[in-house]
Amino acid sequence: MPAGTLYRGREGMWSWVAHRVTGVLIFFFLFVHVLDTALVRVSPEAYDTVVATYKTPIVALLEYGLVAAILFHALNGLRVIAVDFWLQGARYQKQMLWTVVAVWVVLMIGALYPVLGHAVRELFGS
Amino acid sequence: MATPVMDKADATGSPEPGFGDSPYITATFRIRRFNPEVSAEATWEDFQIEIDPKERVLDALHKIKWELDGTLTFRRSCAHGICGSDAMRINGKNRLACKTLIKDLNPEKPITVEAIKGLTVLKDLIVDMEPFFQAYRDVMPFLITKETNEPTRERLQSAEDRERFDDTTKCILCAACTSSCPVFWNDGQYFGPAAIVNAHRFIFDSRDEAGEQRLEVLNDRDGVWRCRTTFNCTDACPRGIEVTKAIAEVKRALITRRF
Repeated sequence: MPAGTLYRGREGMWSWVAHRVTGVLIFFFLFVHVLDTALVRVSPEAYDTVVATYKTPIVALLEYGLVAAILFHALNGLRVIAVDFWLQGARYQKQMLWTVVAVWVVLMIGALYPVLGHAVRELFGS
Repeated sequence: MATPVMDKADATGSPEPGFGDSPYITATFRIRRFNPEVSAEATWEDFQIEIDPKERVLDALHKIKWELDGTLTFRRSCAHGICGSDAMRINGKNRLACKTLIKDLNPEKPITVEAIKGLTVLKDLIVDMEPFFQAYRDVMPFLITKETNEPTRERLQSAEDRERFDDTTKCILCAACTSSCPVFWNDGQYFGPAAIVNAHRFIFDSRDEAGEQRLEVLNDRDGVWRCRTTFNCTDACPRGIEVTKAIAEVKRALITRRF
């Protein structure tokens, strides 16, 4: 039987969805990360070749996405801990979520140059 | 003796109320119909009715059932937000049909009405509430004391002690919270917000002596730890109970065992 309409949850529900999605993305990153790091035990040359491909602009963009996922997951994780352990946490969950989003935006702007600077120089010259 | 006067507009000398002043609007209700005797599939059906937007969704459902299609099936008893019978998903959110005014729903667009999620639909807007009530019974929602003799006087309680669990006494067991919970949709074994709220009501009651037992019940794999703090329950509660806060308090009580 079709499920009907999507439930129209508010901030709390969507922050939980984003938390899940970023969590799964981070898991996949860690999976790949363990594999490529383990490659050095197989052959240092193969490791170097793989890591060299990470210097391309597309991977730089993926890295920026990784920063986005980890920052949101980490900051929202602190919010979830506060909801569970701080006596007033549940009452201020929305304010805390918007604080998380604000801090996330600031840190994402801060991460622009360190993460994407190299790729921009490579694409458009210095 | 004063008699109620209907045509007050004439009495004050203002022009006759024309037909254009009618408070009625045409609203479309898009209702999720399901009848296992006809089809295994649920379908959407549109009903157009003339209704005063100051009326409630329940009035609209009555109008449809009484005037357009008598087979439309839904639960309601008191119709005033106390019995908890008519929780349903209106425009995608769990609400009581008897506490939702049509004007608050943007009646220019079709208003969707469907059964609450996570429980088996029996017909149209009626779901099987048994799993919900089983979880409620499992937390032992009644006063338990260790003394074996009948008390000879009242069990006194200070105003502060009563205040401790005041919020969770308001529950009407409408299932709006439990059926708004994504964890409950995916796994009906989860006790759900309503059962935890009703456990909270006794765990934090100074007169009750089975708090430890109830905490043990909720320490289960399908107990409070399944809560992912999505706050859907708090947003859905028609009684304004801070459900997620109550669940967090039970979690904290389980960690500290002090209540």
